[in-house]
Amino acid sequence: MLCDICGKNPATVHLTEIIDDQMNELHLCEGCARQKSIQMEQQFGLSDLLAGLTEFEKPPLKQEAVSLKCPNCGLNYADFKKIGRLGCSVCYSTFRKYLGPLLKRIHGSNLHQGKSPLKVTRTLRKKTDLLSDLRYQLQKAIQIEAFEEAAGIRDQIRALEKKQAQGTKEGIKE
Amino acid sequence: MIINDMLKHTSEWLKGTGPNSDIVISSRIRLARNLDKVSFPHWANKGQSQETLEKIEAAVGKVDYLKKSSIFRLADLDNIDKQFLIERHLMSYEHAQKANSKAVIIDEEEIVSIMINEEDHIRLQVMQSGLCVFQAWDIVNKIDDCLAKELSFAFLTDWGYLTACPTNTGTGMRGSVMLHLPALVMTRQVNRVLAAIAKLSFTTRGLYGEGTQATGNFFQVSNQVSLGHSEEGIIESINGLIKQIIEQENQAREALSSKNKAMLEDRFSRSFALLKSAHIISSQETIELLSMVRLGCDLGMIKNIDRSSINELFIITQPAHLQKIENKKLSAEERDVKRAELIRNKLIK
Repeated sequence: MLCDICGKNPATVHLTEIIDDQMNELHLCEGCARQKSIQMEQQFGLSDLLAGLTEFEKPPLKQEAVSLKCPNCGLNYADFKKIGRLGCSVCYSTFRKYLGPLLKRIHGSNLHQGKSPLKVTRTLRKKTDLLSDLRYQLQKAIQIEAFEEAAGIRDQIRALEKKQAQGTKEGIKE
Repeated sequence: MIINDMLKHTSEWLKGTGPNSDIVISSRIRLARNLDKVSFPHWANKGQSQETLEKIEAAVGKVDYLKKSSIFRLADLDNIDKQFLIERHLMSYEHAQKANSKAVIIDEEEIVSIMINEEDHIRLQVMQSGLCVFQAWDIVNKIDDCLAKELSFAFLTDWGYLTACPTNTGTGMRGSVMLHLPALVMTRQVNRVLAAIAKLSFTTRGLYGEGTQATGNFFQVSNQVSLGHSEEGIIESINGLIKQIIEQENQAREALSSKNKAMLEDRFSRSFALLKSAHIISSQETIELLSMVRLGCDLGMIKNIDRSSINELFIITQPAHLQKIENKKLSAEERDVKRAELIRNKLIK
């Protein structure tokens, strides 16, 4: 099989792109794949092809980032940028949009594969955990290329996020 | 247990036993854990930090595995005590700064240590002698499970354990192996090996961890990535990498002893003789000479001394250990004299 882009070299890299729920397969040679990956990074600001599925909104403007403040500990994003440390566990949810790509840059992945304290404690799951669970399932579904399932999970996440956002607006506490 | 009791015995990790203990000094696994919704230590106020400290101390008290351990509040320790614990690798340098609401919990054999309110609420570490990363993980894992029953840890299913610094997020685990690589240094191959380690997302540090220089041919290799791989997966890759480094060091040792035997014997004997006859010696020089003696002992060219005695000398000649042994504050000059005396007494029988 020859490369879809240059049509000259044999295709050794096989990509699956998903744009607006449309799946598209690409077979590329190494050179074109590298070029493509640079393009994608520039386009999304993420080295992840699947960013389109996991990041639902465009990254907000810088001004918004600076004023984002953790409701639990009061640390704002500018503090984090300055000291390089977060203020508490809730900061991870508050700054999720920015931390996702950052974790990916640091670790080459943003999906936990290790142990969980929940297996030990069997405590009742909270709403925030449910969102985190769904995001984990979404990544897993993408990994095994179960895209229909992934789309379903994504819709659940959207609905839940919308509900939570409304809840916050109306001042309803958990 | 009080700190002075520790002087009477050798830490487990210094025993010079365990697999590959000619090249691997120790294996260490540490986990970073935080309490859910509680400000991380650097961001917490006094009241919050004190509450966290008491909560974790109480939880540790319920862990069977830690029944024979002691709690040291940092506010109760003087500078020599703190330095002493750092020299024994039971506590980090960072932990010793600003003592407010901090503690370190150490088990009787000095295998387990738990720092409370360091960079994270909990830093749990297990140290073993030789290449024992899997055994160390087993112990850490069990203690972590026990603590999780008592405390609500900050955790998200997709991002794992949440830590103050995003470089530890995920497993919150760092596995470190301390290596003695004199032959790779002598044959000038060590930089090539270190460069290869860096390419594989591992880092190399000095004897005392982050920010310290490699001295006396000692290197600490640890994983950099904590998210995206299971704990077992990370430990397996550390183990595999260390085995390759051991292989390289062994090859360099063989090449040196077959081609430059006279040169080696000369260096070993001179180093040994210098240690036995010096009356003033710095801690840096001590480490360098002991490193040569240790290699001589590993290659069977120096007799009448065993590995655990050499390991012990590495630690008891450190500044805070010397002052603990003498039971008084010593200036740098006084320490150099006392150090030489201590070494002579141990080596000349």
